Amino acid sequence: MSPSESDLTKALVDEVRQAHDSGTRLHLIGADTKPFLGLSVEGRRLSLREHRGIVHYEPAELVLTARAGTPLSEIHHLLAAQGQWLPFEPPSFGSSATLGGTIACGLSGPARPFFGAARDFVLGVRLLDGRGRVLRFGGEMIKNVAGFDVARLVTGAQGTLGALLEISLKVSPKPSASETLTWEEGQKDAVRVLSELAVKPFSLSAACHDGERLFLRLSGTEAGVRAAAKRIGGDRLADPDAFWRSLRERTHPFFSMPGAIWRLSVPPATLPLAPGAGALLIDWGGAQRWWKGSAEPAVVWEWARSMGGHAALLDSGRCQMQPLDPALFALQKRLKAAFDPKGILNPGRLYDER
Amino acid sequence: MQQKQTDLQQEPSGTEFASCPPQEILRRLRRAVPDCPLLSHPEELRPYACDGLTAFRVTPLAVAIPESVAQVQKILRVCHALRLPVIPRGAGTGLSGGALPRRDGLLLSMARFRKILALDPLNRTARVEPGVTTRAISQAAAPHGLFYAPDPSSEVACTIGGNIAENAGGLHCLKYGLTVHNVLSTKIVTSDGELLTLGAEALDSAGFDLLALFVGSEGLLGVAVEATVRLLPRPPSARLIVAAFASVDSAAAAVGRLIGRQFIPAGLEMMDNLAIRAAEKFVHAGYPVDAAALLLCECDGPAEEVDEEIALAEGLLRDAGAYFLRLSCSEEERLLLWKGRKSAFPAAGRMAPDYYCMDGTIPRRAMPEALRRIARLSEEFGLPVANVFHAGDGNLHPLILYDASRPEELTNAERLGARISELCVELGGVITGEHGVGVEKLDPMCIQFRAPELEQFHRIKAAFDPDGILNPGKAIPQLRRCAELGTMHVHGGRLPFPELERF
Repeated sequence: MSPSESDLTKALVDEVRQAHDSGTRLHLIGADTKPFLGLSVEGRRLSLREHRGIVHYEPAELVLTARAGTPLSEIHHLLAAQGQWLPFEPPSFGSSATLGGTIACGLSGPARPFFGAARDFVLGVRLLDGRGRVLRFGGEMIKNVAGFDVARLVTGAQGTLGALLEISLKVSPKPSASETLTWEEGQKDAVRVLSELAVKPFSLSAACHDGERLFLRLSGTEAGVRAAAKRIGGDRLADPDAFWRSLRERTHPFFSMPGAIWRLSVPPATLPLAPGAGALLIDWGGAQRWWKGSAEPAVVWEWARSMGGHAALLDSGRCQMQPLDPALFALQKRLKAAFDPKGILNPGRLYDER
Repeated sequence: MQQKQTDLQQEPSGTEFASCPPQEILRRLRRAVPDCPLLSHPEELRPYACDGLTAFRVTPLAVAIPESVAQVQKILRVCHALRLPVIPRGAGTGLSGGALPRRDGLLLSMARFRKILALDPLNRTARVEPGVTTRAISQAAAPHGLFYAPDPSSEVACTIGGNIAENAGGLHCLKYGLTVHNVLSTKIVTSDGELLTLGAEALDSAGFDLLALFVGSEGLLGVAVEATVRLLPRPPSARLIVAAFASVDSAAAAVGRLIGRQFIPAGLEMMDNLAIRAAEKFVHAGYPVDAAALLLCECDGPAEEVDEEIALAEGLLRDAGAYFLRLSCSEEERLLLWKGRKSAFPAAGRMAPDYYCMDGTIPRRAMPEALRRIARLSEEFGLPVANVFHAGDGNLHPLILYDASRPEELTNAERLGARISELCVELGGVITGEHGVGVEKLDPMCIQFRAPELEQFHRIKAAFDPDGILNPGKAIPQLRRCAELGTMHVHGGRLPFPELERF
């Protein structure tokens, strides 16, 4: 077996079984590029990084199956060679990011409002649960309604319901043409302008406002993109890929300003723009807002909830999620126990479960 | 379809339901929700005895038809206290028996929840009650240039609550996704009467993705009482190509060529010769009746984009061996060409007194083999089978034609259907792509999944509904049932397809 491919299922099963029997807490990681997306976990580190390799990829079936430790970059290269891509444009936060970590964190990039989220593309998973059993949910079919949709449930659960061993994703042909338009626009008007544009049948694939300018990406066929660009107007951005990458990877200068940052996930046309004063970067056509303002967390959470969304606070290398309604939290704890009765998998990563 | 006069053995749910005299149950329910219609006379109950899977009929204990969330909560609290099974029902168009009543259970009809509560053009969402029909959402959104994408064939009648329960698809889900991709949030009443919101009006929500888990859970986890769905800009242009092929293999190969090249068609359908002939006789859409297979490929979006995609598709289809191509040049022509496909089921239905519509998904590469083997099974059972595929996503709908007035034919049709389900699994596919498991596919579920996965499904069910009162006995078979089936199916000490992983 080449170093780019190894199946460690048996060893991983043994590790989790032992941990289950001895009640040892495990801290599941891939390449450990995203510790800041949740709370810190106390436990023995169990890495899935060496459990890697493409299991199956058939471009005509629009499906790719790979082991969790497969580097995301390897998948991007493989797809690009066939003119395909992952339309949810997952951020990687470092060149070593793995597929498993990406799906466990449920990460989606700038195209999310237009092409869908990570979970929308997950068709099946092989999951190692807290009892040390390997369970297979979903498959490689785009349409599949047999059994509960556990593959989507575990997407974004950050390993708290099980270790992802293998993931099947729907992949898509990459649009042949793309162009980014930009113009100056006040931030107050940005949300309205973005909402008005989103109702029109342009082939939008990303839309953001960086505080001063609007940026709109069109993706589709040559003629379609050209026609839409002509109707919308604005300046053509010279290096659009670099711009959208900076937004996706959070390397845009906005993110390097000191201090805590809030992620506000709200309906796209929500006004006011944020719970208070502070710098604001608007992405996802208005539905994802990065806000650097100071407010009591409880106030921000209440604001986000009243707007129909939720907020998360990224501070000092940790991420605190919006507290859940008690009945919903109780249900989540019961679900967690259904997959991980001893609470050994990434305990406390999403919420303090004690 | 002729009914299978069944004193259907109630599927054990794994739970013991407390016995309470029916009169006492009705009294308690009337006291809890005095304003809610509660049907209990046999005459009144008859229309609720089946859903779209008409071969199965059971008269429920009673039918409640609430109109407010508070009433649903009160009803569930009573049922929870009495451990009374509750079977939620939308429009009753489901094809797998998901809304089949139980004699010992209350049928909960959501038919009076028919209000569109809010339409928000700026946020491109509609907030609706579960009894609103799928089509009505698009109609309400139309003045804003928006539409609701999933379009199951029964969209005129089926409701969003049922769509959520089944994760309904449709003709255009290749491009626009299934219900799970188009619902942002749903309010549910749990088995103990609690009201929860799953998802959010934003593009994601905090915590586990319970919305994704709930969609397609067939009424086992809760009762949807409200939904917020995503609306999309209506594509200004749509064009359809009809392409005829001399062999099923070349049509199937053409599907592989079309998909994965620069664009995703809005819809990609395939019909076999029997379906083509039936449809053509019925609606005169202009299909070539000698074709072994027909592909219908639709592109939609901005006009410039559509013309470019259609030209590309036309070239690919020609290269793949299409001997006849017709492009819609007007909206009338497009609708006429679609009409043949859309009426394929009723048309085929006219060829025999009864038909049984199957549902399964296979990898696209396995299409030729699937059709060959379905043809062999058709001969073996002596029942004609017409095939209509959502070819783009490998979702097949073999239509088994039979005559229920002939002894054994319904049983034969069911056995043939079961063999087709097994075939789907053998070819690396799944037993249901969009119709759901309900009661119809409980046995095939034993082939699709191994015991540990089924156990896990039951644990998930218990996390939501510890007493197991919501739609018990549907969707997920008891392990005992699978074990018994296993002994039935063992040939020479082997399970069917032992080499296969039972995911």
